Amino acid sequence: MLYLDYCATSPVRPEVIQTVTDVMTRHYGNPSSLHRLGKEAEELVTKARTVVARTLGCKPSEVLFTGSGSEANNLAIKGAALAYRKRGNHLITSVLEHASVYEAYRQLEDLGFDVTYLPVDSTGQVRLADVEAALREDTILVSLMYVNNEMGRVQPVEAIAELLKKRPKTLFHIDAIQAFGKLDCKRVVRNADLLTLSAHKFGGPKGVGALYCREEVALLPLVSGGGQERGLRSGTENVPLLVGMAKACRLAEEEREQVAAKLLTLRKRLTDQLALIPGVHLTTPAEMTAEDEGYAPQLVHLTAPGFRPEVVIHALEKRGIFISTRSACSSDQVEPSRVLLAMGFPRERAAAGLRISYSADQSLEDMDRMAQELGAVLSMLEQA
Amino acid sequence: MQHPEAIIVRLGELTLKGRNRRRFERRMMEQIANLIQHYPKATLREEFGRVYIILNGEPYAELAAGLNRVFGLSSYSPAVKARLDLEDIRRRAIEWVRGAEPAPRTFKVSVKRANKAFPHNSHELAHLIGGAILRQAEGTLQVDVHQPELELRIDIRQHEVYLFSEILPGTGGYPVGSNGKALLMLSGGIDSPVAGWHSMRRGLEIEGVHFHSYPYTSERAQQKVIDLTRKLARYTPDRIVLHMVPFTEIQTRLNQSNCENLLITLMRRSMLRIAEQLASGRKANALVTGESLGQVASQTLTSMQVIGDGIRLPILRPLVMMDKQEIIGQAQAIDTYDISILPYEDCCTLFVPKSPATNPNLKVVERMEKSFFFLPELEQQAVEQTEALYIREQEEDKFDEYF
Repeated sequence: MLYLDYCATSPVRPEVIQTVTDVMTRHYGNPSSLHRLGKEAEELVTKARTVVARTLGCKPSEVLFTGSGSEANNLAIKGAALAYRKRGNHLITSVLEHASVYEAYRQLEDLGFDVTYLPVDSTGQVRLADVEAALREDTILVSLMYVNNEMGRVQPVEAIAELLKKRPKTLFHIDAIQAFGKLDCKRVVRNADLLTLSAHKFGGPKGVGALYCREEVALLPLVSGGGQERGLRSGTENVPLLVGMAKACRLAEEEREQVAAKLLTLRKRLTDQLALIPGVHLTTPAEMTAEDEGYAPQLVHLTAPGFRPEVVIHALEKRGIFISTRSACSSDQVEPSRVLLAMGFPRERAAAGLRISYSADQSLEDMDRMAQELGAVLSMLEQA
Repeated sequence: MQHPEAIIVRLGELTLKGRNRRRFERRMMEQIANLIQHYPKATLREEFGRVYIILNGEPYAELAAGLNRVFGLSSYSPAVKARLDLEDIRRRAIEWVRGAEPAPRTFKVSVKRANKAFPHNSHELAHLIGGAILRQAEGTLQVDVHQPELELRIDIRQHEVYLFSEILPGTGGYPVGSNGKALLMLSGGIDSPVAGWHSMRRGLEIEGVHFHSYPYTSERAQQKVIDLTRKLARYTPDRIVLHMVPFTEIQTRLNQSNCENLLITLMRRSMLRIAEQLASGRKANALVTGESLGQVASQTLTSMQVIGDGIRLPILRPLVMMDKQEIIGQAQAIDTYDISILPYEDCCTLFVPKSPATNPNLKVVERMEKSFFFLPELEQQAVEQTEALYIREQEEDKFDEYF
């Protein structure tokens, strides 16, 4: 079996499974209980928060745990928009965003907010000039993803943060879910007001995410109750999962530079091989870097016009290879990809996208196999 | 300012005298070495009472904040490095002047040449480097040897050259331990950690004493005191001993003795007696408290007099004349405030009478104590059952295995 859908989710690292199991078995106390078991659980939560804060270079009090990356995005966006409603009614995001951002903005539109969805250039990047032009007196929030989950384009979040520095009344939210562990999030967090992480994208468990929320930023809680997480996300803390997330964060950040270098060599090999297959168009150029203005190293996106992507995926699955069409959260839709259309792709190509995402534990041979099998599948389907 | 590549640290050559100087320089060195342990790329070299920290990309601001926690350190300077080569020194000097903010209109170059093998004496060098800067500046800069807006200092060492301008003073005081040892009464409130910080800055080594009334006070209140001690441990090269005194028995017995408005006075006297006994066992020569005159009932002048009566060790009260706001500001600066305000009940807030005496009478208090025949024995027991914890800056956590 060759799993190449790491952007959808990653297998949980064995050492993280061990931690989650041990904590779940031994420390079942409620962190809010006054007795020793509660206090131990509370200590574990505090420590997990400190560990995550260290990987981001922020204060522990600035880390909020949530039940998923989607929840963290929702809390950031709706929480900030509703808390600062008196300040202004205008919000900015892009057409690129993950559904948990995009749909949250849609909902806010229904509530009467005015939302600008920024377009992208043909490479899938938001233009700084467009951000500048969209900003208004009453803009209270800008959300942008650091790395696009579908085709891997890195967004100019640092330049935008620089631009927004002069506007203290406009908050900046970065969805770093695909970036953490591959790009330097410590650097961008310094200029962000809100930043989202999801554990299962970097070897942590599902069901836990985190939101960096700068100390001075207020949010309207979406879940009220016992006042956990600074009162911004009530609910008994999921102690084992957030300890597991902290461990995965620490490992991912420690290994980041090495991992990114390895991912780049895998990508080079994969794109070189894919470029030779007739009918395959690489969405990302063959020569790519992991620099800020480039493409994230962990995935390759391509289109194979004329082939139905789900057929290709099932044919590959028969051969033991697992890849995706696009964001796992929207891959059951048959419509063309919103992101690819925004990049100016014709409908036929926009409906024929495939995403291959790998981990640093995989080998050059795995990439060769992927390309060979795709070539074989496409020529088989063409004859059928 | 340009991105510093090194920090030149000057130890306490001015404040320390006598034969202890080397010993306390060593202690400061240890503290600096502990500090840079957290920054694995940084390296350290010591030379004649100076320490050179080479950053290798580690963040200057964080290390500078750490240096501000080394008491007795006289000063430090952010610097860049150059090779032992005139052209390289000139290049870096020009960059340094260009990077200076705000842009200076006048400058001066001063050169110290510890490396006598370098070909040009310091006077020539100042001339050669200053000239290069002037040529580059194209008329926007002038030399002013008396009151320059920017002084570029160049230190020519055996293996490399340092360029710097600022000489930033350290936090002052004396190296921790150079003025003896004292016990610090730590309640968990805002004041006592600040009092501890002041004591340490004057060169006292401190050990903490905390009185707990478990189960009336929670384990969280004890954790709070541990966390506060950990913050103070950042100012020492090693650990702080924290004495946890079980006070439940004494406190409940006093509470049952119908002494209502004198309860606090009696409790405090008992605490000081216990602390004094602990001090003699730990070879400490003073007690430190966070009391501030008039702040609460037990801190009126009469209260202080009655509470301290009978204690032979000096009771040091570094905050005695300070305003609450000043104390809060200092607590925030040393990062203890947020811990101190956590709402866990401690000994001093438990069983507080409705109207504690602000003007207790020593005779009355002494008479009451005489009738409490149980007191000396319970105090002795409390001393014996006191548990000593060793608190370091870095938590040696039983949960580390999970992370």
